[in-house]
Amino acid sequence: MRSWVATLRGAAVVALLGMPGVAVADPDNAIEVAHGKALVTAGDCVACHTAPGGAPFAGGLALQTPFGAIMTPNITPDDATGIGTWSADDFAGAMHEGRRPGGAYLYPAFPYPYYTKVTRADADAMYAYLRSLAPVANSVNRNTLPFPFNIRLSMIGWNALFFKRGDFVPESGRSDEFNRGAYLVEGLGHCGACHTPLNAFGANKADYFLQGNQIDHWTAPNITNDMQTGLGKWSVEEIVQYLKTGQTRTSIASGPMKDVVENSTSKMADADLKAIAVYLKERGAAGLSAPSPLPATDARMRVGEAIYVDTCAACHMRSGEGVVHLFPRLAGSVIATQDDPSSLIRIVLTGGRGASTDATPTAPAMPSLGYRLSDEQAAAVVTYVRNSWGNGASPVTAEMVKALREKVSAARE
Amino acid sequence: MARRLPRKDVVVVGLGWTGSIVALELARQGLDVVALERGPWRDTASDFNIGTAPDELRYAVRHDIFLRPRQETLTMRNNPSQTALPIRRWGSFLPGNGVGGAGLHWNGQTWRFLPDDFRIRSHMIERYGEAIMPEGNHIQDWPVSYQDLEPYYDKFEYVAGISGKAGNIKGEIQAGGNPFEGARGRDYPTPPMTQGYAQELFTKAATGLGLHPFPRPSGNLSVAYTNPYGCSMAPCSYCGFCEWFGCANYSKSSPQTCVLPALIREPTFEARTECEVTKVNLSSDGKTATGVTYVDAEGREWEQPADLVLVCAFSLFNVRLLLLSGIGKPYEAAKDEGVVGRNYAYQTGSGSTAFFEDAKFNPFAAAGSLGVALDDYNSDNFDHGPHGFVGGASITSAHTNGRPIRYHPTPKGTPAWGSAWKKAVRDTYQRVTNVGAQGSVMSYRNNFLDLDPTYKDPLGRPLLRMTFDYQDNERKMANWMAERCDEIAKAMGAKTTQLNRLTGSWSVVPYQTTHNTGGAIMGSDPKTSALNRYLQSWDVSNVFVMGASAFPQNAGYNPTGTVGALTYWAVDAIFKYLKSPGPLVQS
Repeated sequence: MRSWVATLRGAAVVALLGMPGVAVADPDNAIEVAHGKALVTAGDCVACHTAPGGAPFAGGLALQTPFGAIMTPNITPDDATGIGTWSADDFAGAMHEGRRPGGAYLYPAFPYPYYTKVTRADADAMYAYLRSLAPVANSVNRNTLPFPFNIRLSMIGWNALFFKRGDFVPESGRSDEFNRGAYLVEGLGHCGACHTPLNAFGANKADYFLQGNQIDHWTAPNITNDMQTGLGKWSVEEIVQYLKTGQTRTSIASGPMKDVVENSTSKMADADLKAIAVYLKERGAAGLSAPSPLPATDARMRVGEAIYVDTCAACHMRSGEGVVHLFPRLAGSVIATQDDPSSLIRIVLTGGRGASTDATPTAPAMPSLGYRLSDEQAAAVVTYVRNSWGNGASPVTAEMVKALREKVSAARE
Repeated sequence: MARRLPRKDVVVVGLGWTGSIVALELARQGLDVVALERGPWRDTASDFNIGTAPDELRYAVRHDIFLRPRQETLTMRNNPSQTALPIRRWGSFLPGNGVGGAGLHWNGQTWRFLPDDFRIRSHMIERYGEAIMPEGNHIQDWPVSYQDLEPYYDKFEYVAGISGKAGNIKGEIQAGGNPFEGARGRDYPTPPMTQGYAQELFTKAATGLGLHPFPRPSGNLSVAYTNPYGCSMAPCSYCGFCEWFGCANYSKSSPQTCVLPALIREPTFEARTECEVTKVNLSSDGKTATGVTYVDAEGREWEQPADLVLVCAFSLFNVRLLLLSGIGKPYEAAKDEGVVGRNYAYQTGSGSTAFFEDAKFNPFAAAGSLGVALDDYNSDNFDHGPHGFVGGASITSAHTNGRPIRYHPTPKGTPAWGSAWKKAVRDTYQRVTNVGAQGSVMSYRNNFLDLDPTYKDPLGRPLLRMTFDYQDNERKMANWMAERCDEIAKAMGAKTTQLNRLTGSWSVVPYQTTHNTGGAIMGSDPKTSALNRYLQSWDVSNVFVMGASAFPQNAGYNPTGTVGALTYWAVDAIFKYLKSPGPLVQS
């Protein structure tokens, strides 16, 4: 819904277009602009380059990294505060090498280790689209990292260790569809940025590509074809459905993935979504082997079951099967059985909201239960969910709940 | 002084069932639509957490989601010889406040009126002669037939996901459904709810008496359902917190579950909440609405120009807004002239409370629309000749709730407090059930709405004045129905029964029902109706008025199904209007 204020702001933005001296797109590049818009959507640029309540692409979001907060820049074509003075070569330099015009180094919070695989033609199209946006004046403090991370030259060393510049190279012997999927996942989609563990320098561990990671105290799950915690039990069609609508019969996107679906994947072409799914299904499986489930007689399981029946079963059902489109199925849920239980604990403590798309507008909510479940109780019910109806995953302790509760409470303040 | 805002194509006054439906349908045509809602925004995810939604004290006792009398109330009297006084605490009915309106706090009972209901005046006179018509009545045929509305009933039922069993599909009577209903094109979108023990006894007893029980059509859903707008609902958990509550389980049909998730995605739709429309503005000749004036939460006054004004507030407040805006001639009972305020009607309630010696009804396992009903005594499904009244009732065995604060039925004569009361509550709670009759109310010259000459709201505008009483016709009907209920209750095996009759004058104090109808009725003659058959004002053709205010009189059913059908019927008419603005019916 557009708020009253948003409408007035919209009117102001439209008014700006009529002002003299404002850059506008070349009139004859409509196809390139449309192509660029699709690519900018696939890259989900708007997610990071928009502050809460701010104008799209005008930057100002504080990205939390282990090294401090980085404010995202304004990428509207405003001369003074955006990329209005950038050339196509400047833009390609940022995408492919992580360098600003003039040579300053960008931090890899901007995922140029992925974008380096985007073709020059695609980068030019994205540039053309961004040039077609209304310029928004929004000055962003780009130097918020503390010492020593504020020394951008240190990225020379980082790049030498972890950055491999280079175009995407299709894998021979694979289908065009697979390679299209690889180009999107390994490049513009930068899926690995969240779904791959980080090393101490904040670089993705190449050996563990797409095997899952914890980000903002959420679990970005394993999205290899692993049978236990990955996409092994998901069909290509289910992956497409998930990216398109935000849900499958077993899962509903929430947390950061809700935004990815709403802003990006739900608006992508079906053929690209299918290519992504084919790539994820065919490129292989990797993950930890799952522990065998705790016995139902385990004391933690008995406490957990009592809480589950009282608090969870009305929606998720006694059998853990949930309700289609509204309450995720917990039996067989890969989110429930990730080695890292952060998402499951977090959603019990703080609640959450599902993605809303044209196909599935309802966006159901999970209520917050943190106010009435102690750390021990939350640990027990999460342990029960992780080890019931054929699920098997490591038990969760009260200490883990306590630690996460502190982090997510602090994150809200 | 109101500040003028940029023009919109459509302004919608009130964002409940009718407002959200018209807003979605018109926004999907690409029109710029703004909805102005007096109360706050409400949605399931933000407002109705399962841990806090079933709070009887907050919602049922303290009226959390209802209109505060200090925002607006009305004055009330039983007849024109009395002086009306303001209602200072809502009792007999409870107007909603905020997004969702009455569609948020209702029980979910979703009926179609019967074919005879739409031509009740002609039908009754044809069958029984003029003599059966009650004294002082204003009973009118509807300007639409059941056949006209059938596709629109269907549309609303499929949007709301109603759980029921068809009794008549394209003329073929269906076993287990209501054999008296008008022919429908197809079955309900979802199967009936699972009934309780009382309903089992009722079904057996009624069938034994030669009656035709069937599961009540329910907006508490039996199974998961996704409607044509893509909005999803979950199966009801039978918690019994429906009426006066928002549903936290996505199980009750409401604007929140069925329409708003799709509506708020529409790029040309905008909602402004806590904005109270004070007036529909008219051109200098009074024939065209130019928009509305409203006051926002900070008390600032705005003018919102629009090409089309859709009045979608609660029935009573639709009537008041027309009166305050000078749209249509105000009704004057003394002269029996004018149209706005004419034919206000309500609903009767009567029945039999049944006390069992040895039963366990588990009334807490309930839902607002759970129940088995029968229509053998509704409309003209039975011979009215020997009884001398017009109208009828749907008779139902239901448990809508067994909530701890308010649900403690005791036999008549039990002390109201103390150990004897406690013992009676304990002894009775599991062993009592009810057979109820929800009856029609006809329209009369002296039951009407107008502006109060004395009392004003905080903005200085006159309050609406309600002049209403049950007439002999309604008392006769309701009391005859109570006896029918009692026969069934006894056949169910009740040890003792207690008749609940309709006696004396209508009282505004105890809660009865929020089925307030009429006042801006639809009709074929501009002298006796405010709206034409498309809910379009006869006088101002770019104003349409949705809701139960359009009913010429009330039938023996809950109104929402018919309100929904009329809304979709009007939406189709508005599409035609948009192609060629002007009156859709020549007066």
